[in-house]
Amino acid sequence: MRVEQIAVFLENKSGRLAEITAILADNDINIRALSVADTADFGILRLIVNDVEKAKSILQDGGFTVGKTDVLAVEVVDKTGGLAKVLKCLHSAGINVEYMYAFVNKSGENAVLIFRFEKMDEAIEVLSKDGFTLLSGEQICAL
Amino acid sequence: MTVIYWEEEIETLPRVGLESIQLRRLKHLVARVYKTVKPYRRKMDEAGVKPEDIQSLDDLRKLPFTAKEDLRNNYPFGLFTVPMEEVVRVHASSGTTGKPTVVGYTSKDIDTWAGIMARALCCAGATKEDMVQNAYGYGLFTGGLGAHYGIERLGATVIPVSGGNSKRQINIMKDFRSTVLLSTPSYALNLADAMDSMDIAPASLSLRVGIFGAEPWSENMREEVEKKLNLKAVDIYGLSEVMGPGVAQECLLADKGMHIFEDHFLPEIIDPDSGEVLPPGEQGELVFTTLTKEAFPIIRYRTKDISRLIYDQCECGRTLVRMEKVTGRTDDMLIIRGVNVFPSQVEHVLMGIEGVEPHYQIVVEREGNLDTMSVQVEVSEGLFSDEIRVLENLTKKIQADVKSLLGVTCKVKLVEPKTIQRSEGKAQRVIDNRKI
Repeated sequence: MRVEQIAVFLENKSGRLAEITAILADNDINIRALSVADTADFGILRLIVNDVEKAKSILQDGGFTVGKTDVLAVEVVDKTGGLAKVLKCLHSAGINVEYMYAFVNKSGENAVLIFRFEKMDEAIEVLSKDGFTLLSGEQICAL
Repeated sequence: MTVIYWEEEIETLPRVGLESIQLRRLKHLVARVYKTVKPYRRKMDEAGVKPEDIQSLDDLRKLPFTAKEDLRNNYPFGLFTVPMEEVVRVHASSGTTGKPTVVGYTSKDIDTWAGIMARALCCAGATKEDMVQNAYGYGLFTGGLGAHYGIERLGATVIPVSGGNSKRQINIMKDFRSTVLLSTPSYALNLADAMDSMDIAPASLSLRVGIFGAEPWSENMREEVEKKLNLKAVDIYGLSEVMGPGVAQECLLADKGMHIFEDHFLPEIIDPDSGEVLPPGEQGELVFTTLTKEAFPIIRYRTKDISRLIYDQCECGRTLVRMEKVTGRTDDMLIIRGVNVFPSQVEHVLMGIEGVEPHYQIVVEREGNLDTMSVQVEVSEGLFSDEIRVLENLTKKIQADVKSLLGVTCKVKLVEPKTIQRSEGKAQRVIDNRKI
């Protein structure tokens, strides 16, 4: 139940994000979720898109450094404490979160949490056992 | 103004006398080196020149040059002329591919060097009454210890404070009443800034003379440092392959050039491309032959420093030729805070890090008074990670490796692919934005 995410290296220069989103738009790539992690000197743009391979190759053609990573998408009810429950479950199993971001789906009922773990397989096991819903890439795109 | 000499007779000797000393020493040196050092003998044999062919100073040009590469090829002690039990000290400077350049000294060499350095200090106006703050780095670098022995020989008081820790330097300066400062010129300016932030007026200190070297500096910098530190600033020249600090020294009267202590170091100016010796007064690459060193003499060493020799009589009375301030280099060597840096060394570090295809650029700036070096590295896919931590560790690793190989702290900046400009497909490795 892994989801493929692409990550793009960004120097902290104005207009770079605009350039990437324009390339994606021109090629009919739909962004389902994104986050930007930044330091003083550079940033990493992480994207969940409807066509990972295409997005990767057009961005590479555009001169960007692109990587592909597996992440997990956990669906929770969009209510107070939703994220806290997931994190509590992970914490008690001793699983560290490398990074995470989240979005709320269109209906507004559920929230989707995107996680990157060092121990991906263990995380899948623990979350499944505790009854959390893991979404596939297709499911995210269908939301 | 009374001029003080350390060895008046030799420093003011008419040139005919000086040249006869030089020739006698040169003949002796060439014969000794030919007999004792295989690489020299091989090169001389290849060039078809024998020690007995040296009959005049002009015959020097018959001898092959020695380059930094020769030192590297014979690393570490292959060019020493004496057995190691006679060597009492070694110094080393960074080499172009990670291997340092090693030089050695017999106890007589240390003694000679101390004398030459005392002469240099005297030439700069220092006396035994002085309190000399030696802020050159102590260690493998020749600067600290080289100057140290000369200060002691002069009979002045040496404060072996070494480089760094500006606040402590200034407190010492204030409390010990230092009168002479030895450091790189950029560090001197840095001290001036530190004084300012500590609210200490330079006029309240006792500094009188600053002897600055180990990196290129301009007349503008001289004016600035003189004004800011309230002292007279003079230039000193040296390099470890020839001896260390004290090869040449500016006197208090001269405003064009440093007196080369020619009875020990024989200078030539050559065309860096053809290797031909240029007529007196022309600008070219400076070449040195040592005349008195025992453990590690060197014949026609190509310094790669661009300078000019001035034979006019100096007002100070010294008959020793002067070399103009070094105005540039014939290679791509950079001097960052007194440390020699070759771009190939940085490349060597990057090659050692997995995933880095070295598309890099070195950018050198002068921020305030200190040189800063930053290395920009293009992030390839092999290097890239979606985790900040991984990329930050990469920059730290490059920084640590550069520091450990070169002894220079640099900033590392990761940049996007193809952002480093390439001219005709080849990246420009160095951008030097310093205005010296």
